[in-house]
Amino acid sequence: MLEVSGLTKRFGGLLAVADVSLRVPEGGIVALVGPNGAGKTTLFAMVSGFIAPDSGSVAFAGEEITGLPPHLICAKGLVRTFQVVQPFGRLSVCENIAVGAHLHLAGRKEALERAREVAEKVGMGPLLDRRAQALTVAGRKRLELARALATAPRLLLLDEVMAGLNPTEMGAMIDVVKAIRDMGVTVFLIEHVMQAVASLAERVYVLNQGRLIADGAPGEIARTPAVIEAYLGHGAAARMVAQAVEASR
Amino acid sequence: MARLGIAGGMIVALAVPYLIRSDFWLGFLITVLLFAAMGMAWNVLGGYAGQFSFGHAAFFGTGAYASAILHIGFGLNPWLGLAAAAVAGGLVGLVIGTLSFRYGLRGSYFALITLAFAEVLRILANTAEFTGGGVGLYVPLKVGVANLQFESKLGYYYVALGFTVLSLGVGWALERSRLGARLMAIRENEDAARALGVDTFMCKLQAIVISGALTGLGGAFYTQYYLYIDPGIAYGPGVSVEILLVPIIGGLGTVFGPLLGSAVLHGAGELARRLVGDAPGLSLIFYGALLVIMVRFLPEGLMGLVWRLSRRRERAANA
Amino acid sequence: MLDPVILLPAAINGLTMGAVYALVALGLTLIYGVLHIINFAHGSLLMVGLYGAFFLHRFGVDPYLALLVMVPALFALGYVLQWSVIGRASHGSDQNVLLVTLGASIVIENLALYFFSADTQTIDTPYAIAMVDIGVALVSLPRLIALGASLALAAILWLLIARTDLGRAIRAVAKERQGARLMGIDVDHIFAMSFGIGTACLGAAACLLLPMFYVSPHIGHVFVLVAFTVVVLGGMGSFSGALIGGLLIGVTESLCGLLLGESLGQIGIFLIFIATLLFRPSGLFGSRLS
Repeated sequence: MLEVSGLTKRFGGLLAVADVSLRVPEGGIVALVGPNGAGKTTLFAMVSGFIAPDSGSVAFAGEEITGLPPHLICAKGLVRTFQVVQPFGRLSVCENIAVGAHLHLAGRKEALERAREVAEKVGMGPLLDRRAQALTVAGRKRLELARALATAPRLLLLDEVMAGLNPTEMGAMIDVVKAIRDMGVTVFLIEHVMQAVASLAERVYVLNQGRLIADGAPGEIARTPAVIEAYLGHGAAARMVAQAVEASR
Repeated sequence: MARLGIAGGMIVALAVPYLIRSDFWLGFLITVLLFAAMGMAWNVLGGYAGQFSFGHAAFFGTGAYASAILHIGFGLNPWLGLAAAAVAGGLVGLVIGTLSFRYGLRGSYFALITLAFAEVLRILANTAEFTGGGVGLYVPLKVGVANLQFESKLGYYYVALGFTVLSLGVGWALERSRLGARLMAIRENEDAARALGVDTFMCKLQAIVISGALTGLGGAFYTQYYLYIDPGIAYGPGVSVEILLVPIIGGLGTVFGPLLGSAVLHGAGELARRLVGDAPGLSLIFYGALLVIMVRFLPEGLMGLVWRLSRRRERAANA
Repeated sequence: MLDPVILLPAAINGLTMGAVYALVALGLTLIYGVLHIINFAHGSLLMVGLYGAFFLHRFGVDPYLALLVMVPALFALGYVLQWSVIGRASHGSDQNVLLVTLGASIVIENLALYFFSADTQTIDTPYAIAMVDIGVALVSLPRLIALGASLALAAILWLLIARTDLGRAIRAVAKERQGARLMGIDVDHIFAMSFGIGTACLGAAACLLLPMFYVSPHIGHVFVLVAFTVVVLGGMGSFSGALIGGLLIGVTESLCGLLLGESLGQIGIFLIFIATLLFRPSGLFGSRLS
């Protein structure tokens, strides 16, 4: 579905994303994890057309989309959400979602109708007439998701939809994401919350300082020394191994 | 309910000239209608799309000159001149919009560049020969409906009314269209709109073309009504300010805000003249103060106030 | 027509006029650099300063001496205006500030029209027509003084921002509003101070301008877009940029006037303005106050 090869982006002297290649197969859920500042959001921004890469290419459904503007990429069926939610504050929930629905529906009535359906799907039915700026954090995250979903995407890029949610809300959000996958939408998500990654993703890519350092099933990568190093600091893997050896004695 | 209200309003608007029978007040209503219509034109770009223009005189003046020049120089019928003015205003919108939006100007910068375009046009009109330079252009007096010149203000009133209905109708249709939904999304958050597949450049461009065309129409009406135009009136900052005040006072991004705003603005201006006398600058002092007060205390305009009050009454009724 | 004998004096003339533009723009760029707002009332506040100096002259105060009164007076006016009107009405939105300062400028300008009538007024000073021979051309003394003053003012502003505690607070607010507030800086006060200093510059500009110019209620129009052009060209919030931008604009205007005629000359400024906004929105020198 998505094929990224050799993607690189430099901001001044900082190498934000360095020669990253990855694949997201159709129908699955793939996660991108890594410490803060690893370049995850920059990678998403390049894939969705918000930032032009310095080099490398992005192919979506077998078609090269590198350098296309975001609205054209969205029209092809690849849509992103934002890490910091970006609601249309003074519009109602229904109107917010309808903006997404308008991608394929020209009529106002049809778009609003579609928006209501999508709202039901993500559990926002009762909030349809609420102004977006009056929503809670969890509500805004759902709205972000619903708007993206309303564009009828084939691939959904979710940037930290779990951040700021309490455990109950997180459980509900995990169910929503699974439901989206079951509708046939491929999901590629950035996530900090490992529990969510473990219960959602079939495959995980780990980014650190702009470079991919590991990939595999969620269970595997948690045991990869490079990943442990990246998350817990230099020498952590060695200490953990030592501890494990210590404990087994 | 709303439809009934609108139908009732239309009947009143059609009957009004026969009820008041005063040339002065008819003239007042013509001004109110003209600026309501142009206020809505500004509203399309500023209220719905969130792109504040400080230079709508660029469209107004171009429309005014287009109809005057085509009529005087080429004998074009003034009714067709209205259409030509709309096209000319739209074209100016296309040029300004293409340049500004292509290079991503937003907010204050967009406001400033529109002002600068209006000033450039003012200087050009002041210098060029076919605009009559600083002296301006007089439209020859040839009274006749076919000539868009009327014996009494009655005729102008109905033309202005038609213009207002057209303009508010555009706003009404916009609120029920995909373009309107996209413009409001752009106003609220441009990046999010782009992520959802909105071609923000094209949408804003459509908004400024519609806005420019309607404002150009207003300029042509002005020329026919006063039979005179000069660079200061056409492209001066005065008209830009008056046009933008209307929807800000009435309510940004609403259909009836511009009408309400224009009525209140000009009504209050008239009241000030009656109370203090007609001194230079007086009505403008009033307009400026009104602008500050509205932004300070009623940023959603009078329509916002109306909405809040009606909600309070509803709640009181339910309690 | 393109003879250097004509061209050079015109350029020098433009340079001195540019110094006045720089004087006006210095205050504007400070206000933009800190408050990130575009102050539309800047031209009208200059007009207030000009009328102030004009009436002081009626009472026998020399314009250059009037500096001692007008600079603090306009500082106070600016402080109060920002603190009591602009800051409160903005609700934290740039577009609202733009509208409020537009409204304020309309009020100020038309109050002047109401009280002072639209007449253009000038003052007579013994040195108004004094000329100084600088070798290649004759330059009027007030213009030469304005040139020197604009250099001095730019230096003073730079020292104020770079070297004083107030300047440090202003830079902190310019960079990070919330952070500055958490550090115990009274942000509203710093905003008003910056706005006050910006308008105080206008007090100085007015006193230096009056001997060689005129005053009328609409004089702000002459300067406001020019000042914006200078600020945008020099890079919003940059003092040296405003200085160089002002001189550049002055020369451009003078040469455009020479080549295109008086009435079309001004168009050059607006075209530069439009081109800068479109192609180099960060200005020629692009450094920000931070």
